Amino acid sequence: MQLGRVVGTVVATTAYRGLEGVPLLIVQPLERDLTPRGRPLVAADGVAMAGPGELVYFVASREASLALPVTFVPVDHAIVGIVDAVDGGGP
Amino acid sequence: MKIGRVAGTVVSTINSPVFDGRRLLLVDLLTATGEPAGGYVIAIDVVDAGAGETVLVLDEGNSARQVLEEPNGPVRAVVVGIVDELTIDGRRLL
Repeated sequence: MQLGRVVGTVVATTAYRGLEGVPLLIVQPLERDLTPRGRPLVAADGVAMAGPGELVYFVASREASLALPVTFVPVDHAIVGIVDAVDGGGP
Repeated sequence: MKIGRVAGTVVSTINSPVFDGRRLLLVDLLTATGEPAGGYVIAIDVVDAGAGETVLVLDEGNSARQVLEEPNGPVRAVVVGIVDELTIDGRRLL
C-alpha cells in the first residue's frame, strides 16, 4: 500500500458493470515524507468517504477490486483508508 | 519477500474493515546490501515490529490474505518477520 493525496474527482456515467456508483478520485501518489511521487492516477474509493485534499492510502493491482462492494471489477487502484496521522514520515 | 526498515506508523480510523484493529507500518525498502532502495510500503504488522527495526516484508496479495486469514481483504503488504542477522557474500550487514 502507498500514501496518496486526493486531488480531484472523476465522473463516468458509462462504466463497466460493477463499477456503477463507485466513486472515482484522482490521487497523487506520495513519498513517505508526503512529497509527490510520479503522476496522478485514478483510484476507486473503497471507503466511499474520501474527498479532495485528504491524505489516504491505497492498494494497487488485483487487490484494488477487493476493496469494492462488487469484487473483480476492472480497477487497478483503490483507496482503502483515510490517514489521520503519519508518524515518522519525515526524511 | 523484501527487506525493509520500519520508518514509522500510519494511523487511520476510516478504512476497509480488514484494517480494523491492525497496526500499519511505514517501511523503507532496502537493497540486498542494506542501503535504502528508494521506495517504501505501508504494511500491516503481525509481528510487533518497532521503528528502526529491519524487517521482512511480504508484498503479494494472496499470501497477505492467507497470513491475515482474510480471503477477501484488499491488502497486499504485511510485515512477517524481524530480521536478527543479515549476511551477504560472507559479509555480515546486521
